[in-house]
Amino acid sequence: MSDHEYTPKSKAGKWFNDRLPLLTLGSHLTDYPTPKNLNYWWTFGGILTFCLLTQIITGIVLAMHYVAHADLAFGSVEHIMRNVNYGWLIRYIHSNGASMFFLAVYIHIFRSLFYGSYKSPREVIWIIGLLIYLLMMATAFMGYVLPWGQMSFWGATVITSLFSAIPLVGESITTWLWGAYSVDNPTLNRFFSLHYLFPFLILGLVILHIWALHVPGNNNPIGIDIRKPSKDTVPFHPYITIKDAFALLLFLIIFSGFVFFSPNVLGHSDNYIPANPLVTPAHIVPEWYLLPFYAILRSVPDKLGGVILMFGSIFILFVLPWLDTSKVRSAVFRPMYRHFYWVFIADVLMLGYMGAMPAEGIYLILARIGTVYYFLHFIVVLPVLGLLEKTDPVPMSISEPVLSGGADPALAKKDYDKI
Amino acid sequence: MSKEEKKVNRRDFLFTASYTVGAVGLGAVVWPLVDQMNPDKAQQALATTEVDISQIEPGNSITVLWRGKPVFLKRRTQEEITEARSVNLNDLPDPQKDEDRVKKGKDEWLVMLGVCTHLGCVPLKDKGDYKGWFCPCHGSHYDLSGRIRKGPAPTNMEIPKFEFVDNNTIKIG
Repeated sequence: MSDHEYTPKSKAGKWFNDRLPLLTLGSHLTDYPTPKNLNYWWTFGGILTFCLLTQIITGIVLAMHYVAHADLAFGSVEHIMRNVNYGWLIRYIHSNGASMFFLAVYIHIFRSLFYGSYKSPREVIWIIGLLIYLLMMATAFMGYVLPWGQMSFWGATVITSLFSAIPLVGESITTWLWGAYSVDNPTLNRFFSLHYLFPFLILGLVILHIWALHVPGNNNPIGIDIRKPSKDTVPFHPYITIKDAFALLLFLIIFSGFVFFSPNVLGHSDNYIPANPLVTPAHIVPEWYLLPFYAILRSVPDKLGGVILMFGSIFILFVLPWLDTSKVRSAVFRPMYRHFYWVFIADVLMLGYMGAMPAEGIYLILARIGTVYYFLHFIVVLPVLGLLEKTDPVPMSISEPVLSGGADPALAKKDYDKI
Repeated sequence: MSKEEKKVNRRDFLFTASYTVGAVGLGAVVWPLVDQMNPDKAQQALATTEVDISQIEPGNSITVLWRGKPVFLKRRTQEEITEARSVNLNDLPDPQKDEDRVKKGKDEWLVMLGVCTHLGCVPLKDKGDYKGWFCPCHGSHYDLSGRIRKGPAPTNMEIPKFEFVDNNTIKIG
C-alpha cells in the first residue's frame, strides 16, 4: 500500500491530491493487485458491504416513521406496514436484510476457516471481523426488540437476564441495562438509540477491516503468499468488481425471494402480538442466526455455566489464529483438517437445529454432545492436527500447477525465481 | 545518565499530578453518563400496589403487575400446604422452609414475584413435575411453595416485600 506511486493527470487533480491524497487512495483501490484464482466464496466481502449499506439506508428511512415508546412502538410499526408509502417494502427489506446479512457473514467466516485466512499475517483482519460480528449480533438483537411484540419483549428479557448470572454485580448490571426493574419503556428507548448508533460503528470497523486486508493482500484458495503485482494477480478493477457484481446479483435474487414471496418465514408469528409483561409465549426462540449459541446456553444445567460457555463459544474464535498450529493455510493441502472442517460445520448446523427444538430428551443430549465437540474442535483438534498432519505439497505460485500440469516443487522453484 | 534518570524531578511530579487530576476529571464526567442509564426517579418511586384478595377461592391464584413485573398471589389449600411442608430440605437446590416463605398465621397465602430466576420468563401455574409452576422457556420446575426443584434456575422465586393491610387486602412493596 505504501509503495503505491500515483500522480493525477490533470493539474487540478494534482493540486487537490497534494493537499488530500484521495485520488491516490482511489487509484490504490482500483489497481489493488488481487490473486487471480479467487473463487466465488471470495465475493461475500462485497456482498456484506452491500448488506450493511442496505440496512443503514432502509433503517434511516424507517426511523422517520417509527416511534420509540412502549405504548406507541407496536402501532407505529403497523402504521409503517399499512399507511406509509412503500413502508411494507422498506420494512421487509430491513427485517429480511438482517437475515441475509447474517447468511453472508456466516459464509464469509466459514470461507475464512476453510482457507485459513485467519492465520499469520492476517490475525488482525480476523479479530476486527469478529468485532464486527459481535456488533452485528448486538445490533440485530436490539433491532428485533423495537417492534415491541411478544417475541421482542421476551427476547429482550431473556437476553438481558443473561447478565444477571454474573456473581455479585449481575442484578445491578441488569437493572442498569433496563433503566427500570423490568424490560420497560426506558429499555426500548435506549435500544433504539444504540440500534441507530451501532451500524456506524460497524461501518468504521469495516473500513479498518479492509485497510488491514490491504496490507498483506488477499489470501487465496491455495493459501500461498502472492508477490504482487505479478502474473499471479489481477487488478481489482475491473476483474473483481465485475465478479463481485455478478455474485451480488445472484444474492439479490435470493434476497428478493424472501422479501416478496415469504417475508415472514424467518420471523415469529408471536411478534405480531403486542408485548405483554404478564404472559410469556409458550416457546421462546431467538432468530435463526443465534440458534447455535442458544443451544449451547441451554445445554448446560447451570445458569452461570451456560452463560460462560455461550460467550466462550464466540470468544474462543478470537484466539483461533494461535490455536491452529498448522503452518499450511488452505484446507486444500490439509487432508485431515478437511474432514474435521466438515464435521465442525455439521456440528454447528446440528447445534442450530437443537436450539430451535425444546430443551428436553434426545434434543438436550445431542445439544450437549454438540457443545462438547464445538470446544474440542478448537482446544484439541486444531492444536493437535497441526503437529500430526502430513500436509500435501504446496505450490510456489498460482500459475505453476496450471503451467506445469502438476504440483512439482522443483518446477515451482524455477517458476518462482522468474517472477 | 542513569543517576539522573532515577532522580525524581519537578517534571516527573508535574506529569504524575497532571495525569491524576486528568483521570479524576474524566471519571467525574463519565459517571453521570453511566449513571443516567440507571432507573430514574419515576421508576424508583417505590410503587406500592394494593390487591383485594377477598374473591380468591382456596386453590386459586391471581397475577398482578407490580413495578412492571408479575406477582403471583396464590391461596393454597390445606393439602397443598401440607405437601409443600413435607419436602426434605436436602432435596432442594436452594433450601428454604415453606414457613419462611409465607407470613405467620397466613400460611395459605403465597405471594411471590412471578419471574423465573433463570432468565426472567413468567412460569405457568399448575404445571410441571411438582404441581407448582413450570417455566416454558428453559424448563425450570417450581413446587407449591415456589421453590426451584428441577431445571436451570438457580434460586427459588423471589418473595417481595408485602403486608396484610386487613384480612382482605395485601399491600405489595
